[in-house]
Amino acid sequence: MKFTLSWLKEHLDTTANIDTITETLTRIGLEVEEVINPAAALTDFHTARIDKVEMHPDSDHLHVLAVNTGKEVLQVVCGAPNVHEGLIGIYAPTGALIPCYGERLKIAKIRGVESMGMMCSEKELMVGDDHNGIIELPADTEIGIPAAEILNIDPVIEVSITPNRAECLGVRGIARDLAAAGLGTLKPLTIRHIPGNFKSPIHVSVSCPDVCPIYTARYIKGVNNQAQTPKWMKDRLVAIGLHPISPLVDITNYINYDLSRPLHVFDADKLTGDICVRMAHEHEEFTALNEKTYTLDTQSLGICDDDGVQCLGGIMGGLNKGSYENTTNVLLECALFTPTCIARTGRKLQLDSDSRARYERWVDPMSTISGNDYATQMILDICGGEASEIEIVGQEKYDTKPVYLRPERLKTFIGIDNISLDMCVETLQHLGFTVRVENGVIEAISPSWRHDIEHEQDLIEEIVRMVGLDNIPATSMKVAAFPQPVLTPLQNNVVLVRHELALRGMFETVTFSFTDSQVAQYFHRGNEPVIIHNPIITELDEMRPSILCNLLIGAKNNIARGYPNLALFEVAPEFYGRIPGQQRTVAGGIRVGKTSFKDWTATQRSYDVFDAKADALAAIAAAKGPIDSLQITTDAPNYYHPGRSGTLRLGKNILAYFGELHPLILKALDIKTNIVAFEVFVENIPLPRDTKSKAKKKLELSSLQAVEKDLAFVVAKNVPSINIYTAAKTADRDNISDVRIFDVYEGDNLPEDKKSIAITVTFQPKDKSYTDAELEALMNKVISEVGKKTGASLR
Amino acid sequence: MSEIEVIKNEIEQHIADVQDTKVLDDIRVAALGKKGQITELLKTLGTMPLEERIEFGKKINAIKAEIEASIVAKKQELEVKMLNERLKKEVIDVTLPCRPETQGRIHPVSKVYEEIVAIFAEMGFEIAEGPDIEDQFHNFNALNMPPNHPARQMQDTFYINDDTSHDFDMDCAYVVRTHTSGVQIRTMEKKHPPIRIIAPGRTYRSDYDATHTPMFHQVEGLVIDKKTTMADLRGCLYDFLKSFFEVDTLPVRYRPSYFPFTEPSAEMDIGCLKTKDELKIGAGTDWLEVLGCGMVHPNVLKAGGIDPNEYQGFAFGMGIDRLAMLKYGIPDLRTFFESDIRWIKNYGFTPLDFSSMTSGLSNNGGLAR
Repeated sequence: MKFTLSWLKEHLDTTANIDTITETLTRIGLEVEEVINPAAALTDFHTARIDKVEMHPDSDHLHVLAVNTGKEVLQVVCGAPNVHEGLIGIYAPTGALIPCYGERLKIAKIRGVESMGMMCSEKELMVGDDHNGIIELPADTEIGIPAAEILNIDPVIEVSITPNRAECLGVRGIARDLAAAGLGTLKPLTIRHIPGNFKSPIHVSVSCPDVCPIYTARYIKGVNNQAQTPKWMKDRLVAIGLHPISPLVDITNYINYDLSRPLHVFDADKLTGDICVRMAHEHEEFTALNEKTYTLDTQSLGICDDDGVQCLGGIMGGLNKGSYENTTNVLLECALFTPTCIARTGRKLQLDSDSRARYERWVDPMSTISGNDYATQMILDICGGEASEIEIVGQEKYDTKPVYLRPERLKTFIGIDNISLDMCVETLQHLGFTVRVENGVIEAISPSWRHDIEHEQDLIEEIVRMVGLDNIPATSMKVAAFPQPVLTPLQNNVVLVRHELALRGMFETVTFSFTDSQVAQYFHRGNEPVIIHNPIITELDEMRPSILCNLLIGAKNNIARGYPNLALFEVAPEFYGRIPGQQRTVAGGIRVGKTSFKDWTATQRSYDVFDAKADALAAIAAAKGPIDSLQITTDAPNYYHPGRSGTLRLGKNILAYFGELHPLILKALDIKTNIVAFEVFVENIPLPRDTKSKAKKKLELSSLQAVEKDLAFVVAKNVPSINIYTAAKTADRDNISDVRIFDVYEGDNLPEDKKSIAITVTFQPKDKSYTDAELEALMNKVISEVGKKTGASLR
Repeated sequence: MSEIEVIKNEIEQHIADVQDTKVLDDIRVAALGKKGQITELLKTLGTMPLEERIEFGKKINAIKAEIEASIVAKKQELEVKMLNERLKKEVIDVTLPCRPETQGRIHPVSKVYEEIVAIFAEMGFEIAEGPDIEDQFHNFNALNMPPNHPARQMQDTFYINDDTSHDFDMDCAYVVRTHTSGVQIRTMEKKHPPIRIIAPGRTYRSDYDATHTPMFHQVEGLVIDKKTTMADLRGCLYDFLKSFFEVDTLPVRYRPSYFPFTEPSAEMDIGCLKTKDELKIGAGTDWLEVLGCGMVHPNVLKAGGIDPNEYQGFAFGMGIDRLAMLKYGIPDLRTFFESDIRWIKNYGFTPLDFSSMTSGLSNNGGLAR
């Protein structure tokens, strides 16, 4: 909402300067966004008189002036054609910053004659467009006074108006707030009732009083729409960014901004038949002033004549039957429409207007008849003509239910002392409330222009914002003497997993929860896609079914930027359904390309499935998951390489997937680098039982040396190595402390369907060292167990 | 000089001259081996008369011991010399870089989340969570934003497509939450006052330009009991911001504002100094908006099943990403979500950079490598 200082002063009698006004506006909740004040740049400039004019000795157009600043007389060289003795203008001393040029004025010699400053044009001071000569002020102007006081400078103030303060979309509402804040008094607004000389030839009917409780119309004949809009009105409209069009349009725009009172003017001669206010028909078409055609539905309000909808009620006039320069007879509309209807239609048609902005918040229901009178008077004053009687359909009314304020609540709810009952009463009265006090309780009836006062808290807010929020004391929160941990185990796990993965050299990223459905299509795991109805761009049209989607897009972008080796992870939600709660927290990560750049130690290698597996296990371990009792199955989702991926699970409970990504996925994403990935479902990691003691199991150490023996087995290729490991590990739990796989071999010297797996078994004696026979018996036990459980034979 | 002394001197001379352990060993064999000079001399002892034998024996054994000692000493000397020569050749250019390893990073959003949690934990707040996809009751209605409420339109909501059994209905469809305020309601539904929670999380609005991304992070705060006032709100937020920005002084300013779910409502600004290249928090003449807050609206309490005549309290909400930008001088919000590893490396935090009020909020993780 923009307005100028002079416009404000039309409603507010105040001596406050612009700085005080803007500070107050922000303090009372009308946040100032911008002040454009040309006067701020004019502090160096003062009025001065030209005492003498002589021709420059070396020029036929320059003059040498004797300029009297009121303090001294200075020599100034000037090229303006309108100089003359006795002219009073604006003088810029040397050193002054000239607004138009943005540079400081220097002492100059102009063709050999020294010039001590200059006389300014309007354009140079950026207070007007005139650059044909220097400013010439009335002859009785005092000299030596600040230019800003003399020139007609009207600063523009822009405030942001919160949705509850609809009346402040009119300058008068802002003035009222400032008056209540103690910045002067609100000037009375006198609206003269215009009785009218004849009955309107156009009648109005309203078929939807729920949506349009009151509609007033007035026929004005013989107007001159080619008259000039008064300069003051034009200046103000231009200042707030509106284009003056014609007096009729300018008047409606002006009143809209002045009183937050939307109006509409029809060219009465173009209307066919009477006006009917009704809901539009399904698919009825309407061409608006903006030359766009809209298809309406039965919930849109139309102001119609016999030809159809001529104005989209409360939102925008029609292209065909509005005023134009030759308009002579008009129908002036001043009505009330319900906010919900206006908001819905405006939103549905995506049609914004100043009128909609006001109606969908609140328009003073008691301003319908007076608004019509006010506008009629202005039209008669500016365009002439003769007004009919006002035609009124419906009734002006508003809810006068009182709201009560207990002044002590300022202490017990806000925490501020020293607010007296009188102070509350006075503030509310200034804001237009009708106030009565009974038994120390204030009964307040809201003014018709406010629709946001329903609770005691609403009245408290009015008082508090006038008192100033910064006058409320600040008291620190009282806390328990001995604080308890606040993170839940799950919340804590998320933090730990994140730091664990970072410790493993991965970079954490945060990406949108949306992804591109073109990428998401590969990651649904059988779930329905969760589609955004109104995506902001098509590449963000689905809630991601897997955290990997955006990581892969991120990888692709990094590769394109010249970073082909990277490790990225994110701990965040993925979505498996459209119902609230159908989401889970996933720690997902990808490793792309090689472990490092080419480097002299030649440690560089490509990432493989075991990097992803290690990441997944580390993440689970960080979340205190039972990594030793996990099962590994080879049924990861189909976006993984079918032969190089796995699932980490506890029975049915899936804790993680890991593996190489399927080459077809990479191909579809146009990624030419290998990628391994993992997804850890953080919520699926079982939390340790609360009852578990924090104490660790007693450490039993043997003083006897452990014996390591290597065994190589030949086994069918499809036997997982973990089966051999487990068989060996459990062959003799008392004596076998560790099993490690140190070699896996397929190829020459072995049958096609076989592989060789070599393990190191660590035997740990307890009481005495093994004899050769005992050791041999233990090894035979391992060989036989492995053979029995996996079909492997010793190589 | 006796014969044996001549022999001894000769051998000692050889030992002194030798430069090689192998030659030294030859000398040892030649002197002390089975057929060595000294051994041969010892063999002659048996033929000698007793007295002579004792005397000569002492002498020759002494000489033998001396020679052995000389050989050992020489051997050690030669070994040290050889080792030194070997080491001289074993030079490695230690200015070469180490084996490559990557130090990971924690994203600024996570870091700031941890900082926020650390501070509010000190003030007795718990962490509450809610779903990203919300129903309109929790996202709007319960927060005093009935359908067609102007503030509801202002939030540029993303809607989730319905299942295909009926047409899309904007008033019923699930939404992607436009704020974390819905968690307020979910908390009140589950927990009876006193309530003291913060709810950090992802939020979504249909806005995408230099200062807006369609997803961003908010932290919501809610305190409900029987006597919390706006003065407590001011104290709580001041304490939080001063701790968060790790400054000694922090000028603050509150402006009345409007949120449907609070009454009175306010926006809070902090004092700062804006220069061309830098933003200094805690001093200067400029104001910077950091959060919205207010006393919980009675309709919101009612929607959460709490009697507004008995209970009262405050709520606030602020942008986590925005706090990160202000504190850590990150210029562009959009870059937060681009996964650019150059950005993460620069603006991210080292893996050990945990946040606590005892060890300090930031830079506990050592230098970034």
